[in-house]
Amino acid sequence: MSEQSNNERVSLVVEDIAVRYGNGHAALEGVSFSLEGGTICALVGVNGSGKSTLFKSIMGFVRPSRGRVRVKGLSVREALRKQIIAYVPQAEEVDWNFPVSVWDVAMMGRYGTMNFLRIPRAEDKRVVDQSLRRVGMWEYRDRQIGELSGGQKKRVFLARALAQGARLILLDEPFTGVDVTTEEAIIALLRELREEGCVVLVSTHNLGSVPEFCDRVVLLHRKVIAYGPTEEIFTESNLLAAFGGQLRHFHFEQSTIQSHDGRSVKVLTDDERPLVFGKDGHLEYKNREGREELLQKRKQEP
Amino acid sequence: MSMFEAWQYEFMRDALWMGSLIAAMCAVLSCFLVLRGWALMGDAVSHAVLPGIVIAYWCGGPLFLGAMVAGFFCAVGSGWVKRVSRIKEDTAMGVVFTGLFAMGLVLFHKVPSDLHLDHILFGHILGIVEKDKPSIVVISLLVMGLLWIKRRDLLFLLSVAIVVALKSVGLVLVTAMLITPGATAFLWTDRFDRMLGVAVMTAVLSTLIGLTVSFAWDASSSACMVLCQSGFFLLSWCFGPKHGLLRGR
Amino acid sequence: MMEQWMVPFQYEYLVKAMVVCAFVGAVCGALSAMVTLKGWSLLGDALSHAVVPGVVLAHLLSWPLAVGSLISGVLAAGAMTWVKAHSRLREDAVMGVVFTTFFAIGLLGISLYPSQLDLKSIVFGNVLAIAPKDLWQVIGMGGFVALVLLLKWRDMMLFCFDEQQARVQGLNVRLLHAVFLLLLSAMAVAALMTVGALLVVAMLITPGATAYLLTNRFSRMMILSAVFGGVTSALGAYASYFVDGSTGACIVSLQALLFLLCLWWAPQHGWFAQRRREKEVAS
Repeated sequence: MSEQSNNERVSLVVEDIAVRYGNGHAALEGVSFSLEGGTICALVGVNGSGKSTLFKSIMGFVRPSRGRVRVKGLSVREALRKQIIAYVPQAEEVDWNFPVSVWDVAMMGRYGTMNFLRIPRAEDKRVVDQSLRRVGMWEYRDRQIGELSGGQKKRVFLARALAQGARLILLDEPFTGVDVTTEEAIIALLRELREEGCVVLVSTHNLGSVPEFCDRVVLLHRKVIAYGPTEEIFTESNLLAAFGGQLRHFHFEQSTIQSHDGRSVKVLTDDERPLVFGKDGHLEYKNREGREELLQKRKQEP
Repeated sequence: MSMFEAWQYEFMRDALWMGSLIAAMCAVLSCFLVLRGWALMGDAVSHAVLPGIVIAYWCGGPLFLGAMVAGFFCAVGSGWVKRVSRIKEDTAMGVVFTGLFAMGLVLFHKVPSDLHLDHILFGHILGIVEKDKPSIVVISLLVMGLLWIKRRDLLFLLSVAIVVALKSVGLVLVTAMLITPGATAFLWTDRFDRMLGVAVMTAVLSTLIGLTVSFAWDASSSACMVLCQSGFFLLSWCFGPKHGLLRGR
Repeated sequence: MMEQWMVPFQYEYLVKAMVVCAFVGAVCGALSAMVTLKGWSLLGDALSHAVVPGVVLAHLLSWPLAVGSLISGVLAAGAMTWVKAHSRLREDAVMGVVFTTFFAIGLLGISLYPSQLDLKSIVFGNVLAIAPKDLWQVIGMGGFVALVLLLKWRDMMLFCFDEQQARVQGLNVRLLHAVFLLLLSAMAVAALMTVGALLVVAMLITPGATAYLLTNRFSRMMILSAVFGGVTSALGAYASYFVDGSTGACIVSLQALLFLLCLWWAPQHGWFAQRRREKEVAS
């Protein structure tokens, strides 16, 4: 397949789509947003907010009753045929006992471009090889997928998306069951993909990690509650609107963090990264200096 | 005329009474099985009892005891296979019950007996004799009574019920009697008491209609009874008061 | 002593039966690898009962078996999907209702035309006295299924493993689904002729489950299960000469025994191997 043709920037445009369940209830209502190449966008909402339905409509599994989805200006069907869209499933959706090796899974990313018999050619093998090396899973290529750790499993499926040569990558809850170190490795890889002009759409309920690596956010609750750059969207009021009473609040009073600890706060949580707001509602980052540099740079970009 | 002609014969009247009792018992069981998501447990256990019956016959013990052991063995065995290996539950069950059934068949051919394989497989309700009657009545009433009082676990009752039900529709179609009435009733009501009532009613009515039809056409009585139950299912699926196909639209 | 074991080979019908059983068993075995991985064991059970009215119809109207089985297989699969989609019943209950209905229709048909149909040969198979006409149909269906599997096993693997990925890559998943059902129906009929309607489901599950215990690669699993299916079927047909029981029962008993052996002694996934590993971890 012509890898070059896929190397251009993509765009994802969701225009006013509405999806109804079989029983007539609305799953999505008038959802619109658009993303340009070189973006990592978080899709945030509670369970049942329509995240997976939105994913399914972008992948063409669900036909919206209204509106349309365009990928790189093409219909979903054509985009699928051109291998532009890849999907990294949730860990629970995969049968980890299935008798396939890491190599086999990555090779599945090439099926769309292979011939009728799906016999891998030298080119396919080269691409799979490259993808596995890139995610650091090449040494494990002969392992059965169930023998891997949570983070390694995720990386295998990312390798499959890479092998496919996709430009729009959908990740469903990529950080569940993944330790913090691997989470950072995956984030690093997603940043690389952003540099290459991909659109990465991450569905997550893990709020804390969103400001760390996502440029844009779509807050979803049947409708788009808010959509735009992370800094503007991640406000307390927006999140409350999206999550209702499902968020746990810890309010640190001024006195506890004032001068005696040098204005630093330590927050320990169990599995998920917490979201921390500063005094006047701005987001707090783990590495504030680095982040500000990045923001400055982004502002100077045309 | 032929409708009433059937009931002049005593064997038909016997078949009706006994068949209705068995059908009612299976219907009560089916409500539990359908709600528990164990619908195909009936299928598995009914096949698995065959070796138990053959061995019990061979040892001269009571058939229902052998069947109970075999049924229990099937349930426990497939659970064990699932636990110790990576085989999924439905596959484990399929492997175990077909294996037991096949071994039962092999044993059946090796052990000389006056058991009729046809009767075990397809039932023989028109040939129920006097000495079968007490056990059918006692066991079916006992099973229904226990389920009514306890309203829960039934695995050991299942194989007992199946042994009795073999007399009516046979091993192959007892699966239907253990699923269809419960599924039918589930489409009618949300209340468990009513569900039991509807299931028993459709099952008994199916026995009546099925036997009448099979007499008139000279067709297999077990197939006719089961098809009547399927008919009731179809009717409630289309016209069920709450969840019917035509209601929901 | 040896001669006694060679006796079956003197009968042409028995040798023929062994060859046919081995062929059908091998193709069923290869298919069973997919059935178990896809989690379609119950569907295999359901379809194997549901094709019976098709076989009855084909006999009565002297149609080819494939046509009859296709009709009833498709009708049953369609009915299951449709009822499932439009009721609040669980899938297993729907399957149970539908397949027993179909099987009962088949039995009704047999009981209405007892002179034209042989209940025993449908329920237990009749490979020892299979008519040449039926033999060719069985071989034809088996050959067709084998060919499709040989050509498209990789697509089927993806379909079993990750349907969404198959769709995202533009594979026609509906077509694959339909083809899978078609293969299942075809093999259900072919196996019905050899082991009978009641034991078909074992041929479509057990070899796959056995191979699943032995390997971590899909291609090897398919080959292994085909070999298991073929060898047990040939041996079962051979053994049925001595047991003078039904061929199907012998075949399926052998398959179950083989499964049990692997369950205990499989090198990696067997019970003993797991116990040994647990002990190593503990010590």
